[in-house]
Amino acid sequence: MRVMISFLVGALFGLGLLMSGMTDTTKVQGWLDVFGNWDPTLAFVMGGAIVPMAAAWRFTQGRKPVLAAAFPAPPEPRLGRNLVIGSTFFGMGWGLAGLCPGPAMASLSYGGVGGVVFLVAMLAGMLLAPPLRNRLDQQAVAV
Amino acid sequence: MPLDWIMGLAGGLIIGTAAAVYLLVNGQIMGASGIIGGLVDGSGRRDWMERGALIAGLVIVPAIAALMMGGAQTHLTTNWAVIIIAGLLVGVGTRLANGCTSGHGVCGISRLSLRGIVATAFYIGAGGLTVAIFKHALELI
Repeated sequence: MRVMISFLVGALFGLGLLMSGMTDTTKVQGWLDVFGNWDPTLAFVMGGAIVPMAAAWRFTQGRKPVLAAAFPAPPEPRLGRNLVIGSTFFGMGWGLAGLCPGPAMASLSYGGVGGVVFLVAMLAGMLLAPPLRNRLDQQAVAV
Repeated sequence: MPLDWIMGLAGGLIIGTAAAVYLLVNGQIMGASGIIGGLVDGSGRRDWMERGALIAGLVIVPAIAALMMGGAQTHLTTNWAVIIIAGLLVGVGTRLANGCTSGHGVCGISRLSLRGIVATAFYIGAGGLTVAIFKHALELI
């Protein structure tokens, strides 16, 4: 049952990404292009997505998930260096290509060879993250 | 264009509904980089079927929808170096930060998580700066 729900969630997620135009890199780069022909679409997508999710978070209080023991723990208050460095790297890649992980997956069937190459590079980057995280943590201890 | 904004809002509502269902039913956070990354580095081996099913839905349904629409385009750059470097940065960055646009952006901001808000500020800031430099100053993208 949880597997079926996961498929349904992925299906809705993908449909929403395609419909909103977020698998079109020109729309994403247009949002980031504040000095050029700025495109506000992404703000509408983000805003539209946050509304049902905010209601869902509110609904979790004092309840349990239908098919799980507990809701995720509250977010860690500590920010940390990895969050800032990682998000900066991510933003640079996002700006360069106009793709983030969700749309990179959703556009796999129509993104051409370039889309596949991006995805493979992204997966390779994900493999590089754990050793890099260890290194950064060791450095932080040394300092 | 207003039609793009309406489609953006409608698509966003669907994305948010997907995230809400995943939270309320499966008790999990719909973060694309975490779901994919857990399969890549093995940290999510325990629930690989659920992750796989979500990714299958995420790939298959837009494929069918795009076919029905008569095709869709990503307009991705054709510069291989840019594609590879960008992919590596997105992969390593989202796993280091433990989240991307869906996890930190949609799921984090909606619960007013400081980590989600700070992460989003940094990736949008870095993205904006990158586009400014590489598009307008260097004219490479």
